[in-house]
Amino acid sequence: MKPDDPDINWIEEPKLGLAGRMYLPLLLKGLTTTTRHLFSKKVTVSYPDVEPTIQNPLNYRGVHRLNRDEQGRVKCVACFLCATACPAHCIDIIAAESPWPDREKYPQSFTIDELRCIFCGMCEEACPVDAIELTSLYNLTGRSREEMVFDKEKLLSVYDATKDAEPMKSASLGGTK
Amino acid sequence: MLLALIKIAVLVFVLMTATAYLVLLERWVAAWVQDRVGPNRVGIPLTKVRLWGLGQPLADGVKMLLKEQYVPSHVDKFLYTLAPISIMASALALFAVVPFGTIDLGGGYILDLVVAPGIDVGLIYIFALSSVGVYGVILGGWASNNKYSFLGALRSSAQLIAYEIPLGLGILGVILMSNSLRLEEVVNQQAELGVWFAFLQPIGFLVFLVAACAEAGRLPFDLPEAEQELVCGYHTEYSGMRLVMYASAEFIHMITAAVLIVLLFLGGWHFWGITGSEPVAGLGLGLVRLLILLGKIFLVIFLFMMVRWSWPRFRFDQLMSLAWKVMLPLGIVNLVVVAVAVEYFNDAIHERPWLASAVMWAIAIVVWVVTAIVNPRRDDTNLPRLNDELYRPDELGPPSGGYATADLTAAR
Repeated sequence: MKPDDPDINWIEEPKLGLAGRMYLPLLLKGLTTTTRHLFSKKVTVSYPDVEPTIQNPLNYRGVHRLNRDEQGRVKCVACFLCATACPAHCIDIIAAESPWPDREKYPQSFTIDELRCIFCGMCEEACPVDAIELTSLYNLTGRSREEMVFDKEKLLSVYDATKDAEPMKSASLGGTK
Repeated sequence: MLLALIKIAVLVFVLMTATAYLVLLERWVAAWVQDRVGPNRVGIPLTKVRLWGLGQPLADGVKMLLKEQYVPSHVDKFLYTLAPISIMASALALFAVVPFGTIDLGGGYILDLVVAPGIDVGLIYIFALSSVGVYGVILGGWASNNKYSFLGALRSSAQLIAYEIPLGLGILGVILMSNSLRLEEVVNQQAELGVWFAFLQPIGFLVFLVAACAEAGRLPFDLPEAEQELVCGYHTEYSGMRLVMYASAEFIHMITAAVLIVLLFLGGWHFWGITGSEPVAGLGLGLVRLLILLGKIFLVIFLFMMVRWSWPRFRFDQLMSLAWKVMLPLGIVNLVVVAVAVEYFNDAIHERPWLASAVMWAIAIVVWVVTAIVNPRRDDTNLPRLNDELYRPDELGPPSGGYATADLTAAR
């Protein structure tokens, strides 16, 4: 590419005026900015002492949950879309023939390795029946690696624990019930 | 002899403690400017008392002490070990002539708060030792056998040599006006006059302030260890206590710069209406003076820390052009103005110092505006411009005989 190529957009540095060349006004400007921040309100949340406030739990990407339908059954139809979409390969599903007449398959086992999960929310996006959702639970801890691999029962229990505080997003967005 | 040893012990203890706490202060200021709270967890060890994080330096020190004294295999072992020692030693030895006041203890016993009182070449000593500090940087960069370290060391040597000239010119103005190389005398003269030299020679003050900032390697002049460009600069290969020595030497350099600014230009222990102007003070007044001196030093250091977050770092060519094209001429202008003032208007300065400083400030403002209009850095190019004669790589064509390329096959 030649220097006079029309595709090159040459940008000249803006010329400094007299005040700029005298430095001092600009320097003072910088100093006043930092001095103002010295006394401004701090944004740090001292986490273990102070719990952070979550603006909108529906947007927050925390621990997963597996939703239940009206009859209390797991909504998942074991289509593997979430496992396929997952960039961290942390979802492991074993499908089996559904015991219920309204669907063909259901997850015999559904495990999420919370240690591998990067909380990107792609599973939530991919799910065609809005079965998997991310809650606003952020303090996720465990004493062993095994404990951090959440199975179906645990994921359903997360739903039971959070369904009142965070109703299923699909309901408010007009998706599947 | 014993007294000098006690003074040295006290001075080194105070300096090292001050350094440790300045690291904490630096982290606090950094945090506050960025709207964070900064280190606030570590307090008294083994208790839950937090004390706003005042235990942090202790924790840092223990951590660094317990680190492995790792020496990379590719370094020059002797110089690698010598470098931090030399930079630390020169930084500490410099304080031998820094006067913190003179106290009359009564009974005809006068205590000088200096390790080496009454040295007639105090300023030259300080200037010489601050130059020795460059050796630590260059040796460290060279011994590390690492290109980033070496680049940092090279930059540092160029920068320190360039800024030593305006620094010296700034000091020259003070020497001319005070007629002495003794730091005690410089401070006493300012106290007697009642007008600090910062008021009497503003250009010199400004030049010295900038040059001292550059000598201490503080932002916006921290080119030797620009993290984004050079990993860590000259101490990239250092860890553990050796790194601590480098880091604390850097902070001591900053304290030195602040101390020099305060002693030479901001009146040392003098403050109007509080300290009086006698060279020797009683015990109470002496302590007040000491507090005022330390307060001033602290304020200057705080200014350095605020400056760090206020202004972006210079590019290396900007740094050099600022030193040679702006600071050096301004320093000479200051020297000439002060020389004329001292030669022809010395009595007037001593009779009406405030009027004299007003005149000096007027001259300074004129010089400043003229500098801005003339713009000594007008020829600095920042970008390769389209119409620039220098930047036409395609029109030049290959040089006769072709491009010089390394013939690797022949070497085999």
